[in-house]
Amino acid sequence: MHITVKYFGQIAEVTLKEEESLEFSGHLISEFLEMLYLKYKSLKNKDFQVAQNQELVSVETKITGSEIALLPPFAGG
Amino acid sequence: MNRYNRHIILSEIGQTGQDRISNAKVLVIGAGGLGCPVLQYLTAAGVGTIGIIDFDVVELSNLQRQVLFGTATLGKNKAKAAKERLDDLNDSISIIAYAEKLTHQNAIHLFNRYDIIVDGTDNFETRYLVNDACIIANKPLVFGAIYKFEGQVSVFNYNNGPTYRCIFPNPPKKDTIPNCSEIGVLGVLPGIIGSMQANEVLKIILNLGDVLSGKLLCYNSQTSKTSILKINRNEKSINSVLKDKGSFCKKEINFNCEFDAGEVSITSILSKENIQFIDVRETHEQPKIETIKVTQIPLSELENNLDKIDSEKEKYLFCQSGIRSKKAVSILKAFKIENCFSIKEGAIDLINHIKEQNKISL
Repeated sequence: MHITVKYFGQIAEVTLKEEESLEFSGHLISEFLEMLYLKYKSLKNKDFQVAQNQELVSVETKITGSEIALLPPFAGG
Repeated sequence: MNRYNRHIILSEIGQTGQDRISNAKVLVIGAGGLGCPVLQYLTAAGVGTIGIIDFDVVELSNLQRQVLFGTATLGKNKAKAAKERLDDLNDSISIIAYAEKLTHQNAIHLFNRYDIIVDGTDNFETRYLVNDACIIANKPLVFGAIYKFEGQVSVFNYNNGPTYRCIFPNPPKKDTIPNCSEIGVLGVLPGIIGSMQANEVLKIILNLGDVLSGKLLCYNSQTSKTSILKINRNEKSINSVLKDKGSFCKKEINFNCEFDAGEVSITSILSKENIQFIDVRETHEQPKIETIKVTQIPLSELENNLDKIDSEKEKYLFCQSGIRSKKAVSILKAFKIENCFSIKEGAIDLINHIKEQNKISL
């Protein structure tokens, strides 16, 4: 299936893009992340949460949507 | 003409709404990039009681985005400087400046005096402290955070909604976040995000529209794109905070800076100009240094006397043996006060060295 991935903040600095479309055949968010870790080695050291179809979900969640977003915390003020 | 006429003529606000604004009490944590616009708009809107807590002083590099300050307030405490400006903007409300650091010890007591808390802090340690204190004191928290060209806004702990820990249960791994160093930010970004926070505060007070609870708004100033992500309440994270309620005020913030204590030797500094010597020994300790100008701030009182530190000068700290001065430098660095150095010799060596220098110059 086609998945649109959105990257925010420091995550976009690792991927060097804010959005991309990826082909994925697994079931879980965690599997999808494993695929991303192969593509972007330093992603594994980053703190972020995952949203599926604009809703924050745990990594054990099944992929049902077409949009995944990787959201890091921001400290600045 | 009534000061609030443009509010009152809105049918959604009216005199009743304006009275609610006048009766509201809002505490803003941090008078920095986010705090400044929040404070400015809440003051102009006539929020009856506004508290500002900030220990920091105004520096030149703040003026690029912290719009309440100017060259006349450089070196002043931010809470006090903000109050001065805001008192002029609206003299019919009460503005209280707390020129101190928010801690686990003072947070709950302080939050209990206000209806709404606004997070304008710039580090994770304080953000988690603010979030947890809001859970314990049961106060709505208007959250804003920025990174370079991006911002996040949400309202936490509002009508049983989620909290910051429901998104990010624990602070990030310590080596991953550039915490104590400035990483750069587009000046107008905190203006946008802070204004959004002020908007949420007024919505809560007025019970107007859809408060941004259960949602995290992400804004990118480069693409002008806004994403709103749904977030759910995580009872486990909230309960873990409530469970530790009893020990909350015994906790300490660990600033996770790299403590490079910047040690220097006396010999390398006496020829320098535009420097401030700071004696961090307790007031009773001898010998005193009288031949050069010295600011006395005992280590035990350092955090309460940050306003005595000259932001324009290089600071050289000393004590009896170079150990406490090293500790003092790391404290100042945690408060983001730059250009501080610890003199590795003690006061006696400093006196002797000054004497020798004077002999040579005679």
